[in-house]
Amino acid sequence: MSCDLEYSVVHSYFDGELGVIRAAEFKHHLSDCSDCMDELAALSSVRGSLKYARLYETAPASLRRKIRADLHSIMPGTRRSLLLSWRRLAAAAGLFLVVLILWRVISGVRKEEDYQAEFAAGIVDAHLRSLLPGQITNVNSTDPQTVGTWFEGKVKFVFPVRNFADDGFALQGGRVDIVQGRTVAALVYRSRDQLFNVFIWRTRELNGSPRTGSRQGYQWIDWRKGKLEFCAVSAAAPSDLDRLQRLLTE
Amino acid sequence: MLNAEDRARFEQTVLPHLDAAFNLAAWILSSRTDAEEVTQDAMLRAFRFFESFYGGDVRAWLLQIVRNTCYTWLEKNRRMKMTDQFDEQLHIESSATPESIAIAGEARERLTRALETLPPRFREVIVLRELEGCSYKEIAAITSIPIGTVMSSLSRARRQLHSALAKGAEGEDTNEL
Repeated sequence: MSCDLEYSVVHSYFDGELGVIRAAEFKHHLSDCSDCMDELAALSSVRGSLKYARLYETAPASLRRKIRADLHSIMPGTRRSLLLSWRRLAAAAGLFLVVLILWRVISGVRKEEDYQAEFAAGIVDAHLRSLLPGQITNVNSTDPQTVGTWFEGKVKFVFPVRNFADDGFALQGGRVDIVQGRTVAALVYRSRDQLFNVFIWRTRELNGSPRTGSRQGYQWIDWRKGKLEFCAVSAAAPSDLDRLQRLLTE
Repeated sequence: MLNAEDRARFEQTVLPHLDAAFNLAAWILSSRTDAEEVTQDAMLRAFRFFESFYGGDVRAWLLQIVRNTCYTWLEKNRRMKMTDQFDEQLHIESSATPESIAIAGEARERLTRALETLPPRFREVIVLRELEGCSYKEIAAITSIPIGTVMSSLSRARRQLHSALAKGAEGEDTNEL
């Protein structure tokens, strides 16, 4: 690059790591610097190829199970004295019981963890689908009332629609989506250059503390409140998702 | 001492990042088989350190442990053969459909090769940025290298990938280091 700007500026801009002011300055510079233009094109072609090639290695389900089993086996309180025969007998009986319980627990846990992995896959797929051109919203509005009214009759539950533009999360609109065979409402927010999908559906489960996770570079956070389950997903940093979650639960 | 409550908390907050842990390990070690072993080990280590984790970015905390476990493992097991042939298994992705494998297959192979020829330190930075979507700050925390070095590694890695892709060919890979 013969342009006298540092290469790191172009990369930081490309990665969304320049501050607002410096990004604006760079944008201005870009309008008459073909070197930086070329460099940006090269960067996005590399990123595009990486995305297209699906290089993300997801963990096999068997590994998840092995780790759960490990966690359960290293819990304290399983040491026994083998000196006396009656103790040995008791130990054998105890061991049998532990194995029995463990087996039941593991088969229960297995169901739950498969569910969680499947759940994450469904949510992230829905998020990716929504990023395709023209798919992000069915109703395009920054006005909570317009969006709220649009949902009436389309989903069988009610939920509050709010715009958090003042807190950095601007409402973009909403749509109805299907995640793992379930009809869900999706609210879309934007913060800087990142889009956030908030999926909402009805649940019978009780309120619980939020669960978080990541899959293929996307973060999700899931929580329940008043018979509704919410799941926000985005490529943004976990702290941004936490912030959105707090705004939504306030 | 960790108790059942800690374990539940661990399963709720740390275990959901298993994919991220496995992906990083698979790319550092260039092998899915080794990555399984090392990820399992790293997860147990993370559980033992869990008491000393006081909130914050769980994913970055976990990936830091995974990365350290990977390098310790490499030192012990592969000191001699750091330029190992890559594991063919790395090409098999369980969740992909036959069509997507066919379409993305060629690009995938070429990119896998290009990534494999990068020095490990560059490769991990590009994997964290492009596949895992980490910010510069997170990458610096995970790899314990200064942000300036993160940026220079990233740009050199991207340049090498770009020229490998532009050549569009397997075979000769020049490392202009």
